[in-house]
Amino acid sequence: MARANTPRALIMSGYGINSEMETAEALRRAGMESDIVHINDLIAGEKTLTDYRLMVFPGGFSYGDDTGAGNAYANRVRNNLWSDVKEFLAGDNLVLGICNGFQILANLGLVPAFDQDRPREIALMPNRKGVLECRFVTLKPAADNLWTKGISHLYCPVSHGEGNFYCSEETLARIEREGMVAFRYCRDDLSPADGEYPYNPNGAIADIAGVTSADGKVLGLMPHPERAMEFVNLYDWPTRKEWLKREGKPLPTESMNMQFFRNIVNYFER
Amino acid sequence: MASYVHRIEVQYTRDPRLPTRTERFRSLGFPLRELHLVDVYTIATAQRDFSPEELSQIGAQLSNPVVQRYSVDRPTEAEFDYAIEVGFLPGVTDNAGTTARQTIEDYFNFQFGEEEAVFSSQLYLASGDLTPEALQRLTAALANPLVNRVHVKSREEYAGKGMDVVTPFVRLHELQTAGTVDLDLPDAELARIGKEGILDPATGERRGPLALDLAQLHAIRDYFRKLGRKPTDVELESLAQTWSEHCKHTIFASAMDDDVPRGLYKTCIQAATNTIRAAKGENDICVSVFTDNSGAIVFDDEHLVTCKVETHNSPSALDPFGGALTGIVGVNRDTIGFGLGAKPCINIYGYCVGDPDTEPALFRGKNRQNPILPPRRIFEGVVRGVDVGGNCSGIPTPQGWCYFHDRYVGKPLVFAGTVGVMPRARGGRPLHEKQARPGDLIVMVGGRVGKDGIHGATFSSEALDPASPVTAVQIGDPITQKKFSDVIVKEARDLDLYRSITDNGAGGLSCSVAEMAKESGGCHVLLDRVPLKYPGMAPWEIWISESQERMTLAVPEEKIEAFMDLMQKREVEATVIGTFTDTGRCVVEYNGETVMDVDLDFLHDGLPKKHLRTEPVETVYPEPDVPCPDRLDDLLLTMLSRKNICSKEFISTRYDHTVQGGHVLGPVQGAGRVQATATLTKVVLGSMKGVGLSQGLFPSYSELDPYRMALAAIDAAVRGLVAIGVPMETIALLDNFCWCSSDEPGRLWQLKRAAFGCYDGAVGFGAPYISGKDSMFNDFSGFDADSNPVKVSVPPTLLITSIGVHPDVTTAVSMDAKFDGDLVYVVGETSEELGGSEYLAHLGIEGGSVPSLDIEAAKVRYGRMTDAIQKGLLASAFPVTHGGLLVALAKVAIAGRIGMDLAIPGGMRPDTYLFSESLGRFVVTVAPSNREAFEAIFGGDAHLLGRVGGETFRVSAGEQTLIKQPVTAMETAYKAPFGGY
Repeated sequence: MARANTPRALIMSGYGINSEMETAEALRRAGMESDIVHINDLIAGEKTLTDYRLMVFPGGFSYGDDTGAGNAYANRVRNNLWSDVKEFLAGDNLVLGICNGFQILANLGLVPAFDQDRPREIALMPNRKGVLECRFVTLKPAADNLWTKGISHLYCPVSHGEGNFYCSEETLARIEREGMVAFRYCRDDLSPADGEYPYNPNGAIADIAGVTSADGKVLGLMPHPERAMEFVNLYDWPTRKEWLKREGKPLPTESMNMQFFRNIVNYFER
Repeated sequence: MASYVHRIEVQYTRDPRLPTRTERFRSLGFPLRELHLVDVYTIATAQRDFSPEELSQIGAQLSNPVVQRYSVDRPTEAEFDYAIEVGFLPGVTDNAGTTARQTIEDYFNFQFGEEEAVFSSQLYLASGDLTPEALQRLTAALANPLVNRVHVKSREEYAGKGMDVVTPFVRLHELQTAGTVDLDLPDAELARIGKEGILDPATGERRGPLALDLAQLHAIRDYFRKLGRKPTDVELESLAQTWSEHCKHTIFASAMDDDVPRGLYKTCIQAATNTIRAAKGENDICVSVFTDNSGAIVFDDEHLVTCKVETHNSPSALDPFGGALTGIVGVNRDTIGFGLGAKPCINIYGYCVGDPDTEPALFRGKNRQNPILPPRRIFEGVVRGVDVGGNCSGIPTPQGWCYFHDRYVGKPLVFAGTVGVMPRARGGRPLHEKQARPGDLIVMVGGRVGKDGIHGATFSSEALDPASPVTAVQIGDPITQKKFSDVIVKEARDLDLYRSITDNGAGGLSCSVAEMAKESGGCHVLLDRVPLKYPGMAPWEIWISESQERMTLAVPEEKIEAFMDLMQKREVEATVIGTFTDTGRCVVEYNGETVMDVDLDFLHDGLPKKHLRTEPVETVYPEPDVPCPDRLDDLLLTMLSRKNICSKEFISTRYDHTVQGGHVLGPVQGAGRVQATATLTKVVLGSMKGVGLSQGLFPSYSELDPYRMALAAIDAAVRGLVAIGVPMETIALLDNFCWCSSDEPGRLWQLKRAAFGCYDGAVGFGAPYISGKDSMFNDFSGFDADSNPVKVSVPPTLLITSIGVHPDVTTAVSMDAKFDGDLVYVVGETSEELGGSEYLAHLGIEGGSVPSLDIEAAKVRYGRMTDAIQKGLLASAFPVTHGGLLVALAKVAIAGRIGMDLAIPGGMRPDTYLFSESLGRFVVTVAPSNREAFEAIFGGDAHLLGRVGGETFRVSAGEQTLIKQPVTAMETAYKAPFGGY
């Protein structure tokens, strides 16, 4: 059981979520232990959300994306765990949703969550090309917050059929104004993708790859930093390796994406 | 009967896919302005109705208000000319309908019962000037008559009323008891039972082929004569399943001619593995070979990795999407069903299809009845099937290929494979061993049983009845499987809750239970306990149904409570359906009546032995005689855009290849994104080791020289791995024979030659076979447009898959050229071997010498490659295969988006030198500072061709310039053919 002074992560699983193990591994390497918990064990009360400081909805294909990606799993959370989740959000805790997890957060209204009612205000629509897109993308932080601290860029895979961020103009203006865009898709040289494929892989408005809640404690992110924890996971690592070798430099073991997970751990150690 | 039916339609207010969808159908020749899509949920209940307010709540649960709107019992309003609704036929897996049902159940806290369901369908709203003929073609492109129901309405017919409400419930009026079958009949009548099936007493029709020949039927008749009774239909159907070619591999098991008395499998495949394992002694890499659902090799001290490659050809010809989806989730179960359960960690695919730019006029019936699906439809369907199956299951799918040939138009080949990983032991118990014991309970886990897949892909006469379930094809349900995969491999296995497990594949329970019964020595099954999708199935159908997403486990009685409790918590249906015994018998009961009681020995070994005869096929072709062009620029671009050479990247990016976090060398490589031959994946996150996968397949060599064809496939598979740094000593192989007309002595001779090649190649490289599968009759028999009988047989096809363990993935080498000034070498010897090459196929010439293999020289070279890679001497490496050296060089340049300046040696015609497909070769690039060390290792076996640099790809022979092309033009040619997919 989690001790109160050791912040622990709860990683949701079940019904087709599939990235729970690598997400736990990334957090572990960053210095945070976690429990992978099937949603039914939370519903049955066998595990309790209050034992944790971080709740993660990892990537996956919950319910096979049927009735809209993340929608059915979000319904299961709302219909069974809503008061627990609201209580968790009221505390000094964090919530992270990656890919399918972001889709779940969006359907739950945990982002952007301008107010306590948390209506659905953003959508992750099917990709413009209408099919799943799996490729490495470059992400640039668009805000200075607990999630983006010390990150110049991330380079990690997207792998989703529905990541096409959309919201009304008013909502977009408010998200932008309040600094809630955490990461945007960009080109290799970190200049804006401006919607251009494949830098922006899905057609997301304003190149949005990740947003936080209004209080900053919830982050939804489409790409997968947990799938490229190591240098050798990066798409272009063989070229980088040759450069480093010829410059007589050692090869790194970790990738730049680990800073993202360190930031989470640092938040709890502050 | 469902008394209350409501229809909810969900539509995007702005559909981001609209332009892509419309454009796609326009590119297929339909004059469409727009093609909108509406998701429809038809909710049918009996025990309660929903109020308008509740239906509104359901609509809100099934849609997203930010971008969608829904209507309840009211047609969607839109501008269009025709409405086309595509739903499923009764009994077809409807995953979206199931998810919607679960959402409603969860929201209202009530359970749907019998005759209650949610059915999903898709409503296409098409605007455009569609002629009746075009409308019919569009409907055919949107739906498959084997699994879909389609309703079309014009704008006028739709107005005010919308589409009709349809609830495709299954309704059966079957005889629910077992009958006996009289086998004391004249041979002609017996043979008819074997070919067409048992005569159903209720319908007066045949139930579909048992595929038992006369000798087998005699053996069965004699067995039951001794027992003094007639067999039941359950027994006969069960024996037919167990003795099928699919399960017993009679062609590979039977004696052949005088020189192969023990059969090809024992003589060539198993013997190769035995020989290699004996020679390797303590360095044997094999953990489990041939006996289990997958083969397994050592990964490290703590883990083993498993691999299995299956084919799913016939179903994919009928329903490419469902066939390929079922193929991939089916082979995933060969991983979950290995030992006590391995975790699927890499998927593999391979498609042999017709040229998607052709539309051959072939029909299953006379008078243009029942046309085959066009190659493009099959290709796109199978691509999408593995997309849904692999992606939804959370298994990366980096490794695969496509091969196009006109002889695959009638019968495509769909290969699907899975690698698994598991600890070698837990709590002192080796996890690759399993043993059901007498008294253990037989538990079926996963999906329910319907009439799916009964008698395989034969067209049942029942398909004419609109309320009868679709049996010919199945659509997988990856989420149901993901749920039990997780609970078995990640929980129940490590809690030690069961003693044995196997997959329900071909033959369903009849094969899985009977197979596990060998472990304990018998079984006693209560068939009426098996949960059904719909009532009214006959016992024989329940017993042999191939409904997907099921495993069979042996659970000790003292653990059954804990096991069932865990399954319930994970919402996985599990049912005790009997007990394993040690009676030596397979006993099946249905409603208190014994419907099967057969000796296990007879069931498994009563099959009469055969002796096959072969006849040599003489192939004499003249050596090709064509002039060599002065310049090869056009030829280079043409070759790069040949379908077997060009980029099929749209598949690689649709298939998640990064999930589980182990991506090292993926399906496309370099800045220019060229498809690689081999891939490398970390499967144990804490280890620096990785699993390398590669494949080899040369169907165009088969008719010319099947022996060399096999060697070529083995060499390419091994060499692909060597090129990324996997040492030969760690490599194991899998064989997949997809032959044709295997009742013809000529085809059997080709098979024998290929099998001999398999032995020599594997033993030569010291790479053991760990698993394999064969499919012997890939022939299409039908009619052309004028009703003339036509037979289209696939070219004899052998896929060799290689799996090996990379000792340190940080030393792995990718295929792309990287630096200006690096040296370009070809390692290995080039001979005049154009037979079966892509070059001659381009010229339309059949003939020439098929590449031969000097295994001893190759082995020495591959050892040196491993040495050079471990020393960090190679900047890139790529094996030379289809298209020869020039294509390999071009791909290395395109991948690096960097030019090359190359000079080829004299002594051979330039086109022969550049397009010969001689085996054993690599293209490598080397930093100038490593030149000395590199050349010291390879000596004269490495031939310096030139340097990397600039933006132009230049090839000369002596003074003569052969090619001078911008790399960008080559990239365009390489990516053009499938650019619009």
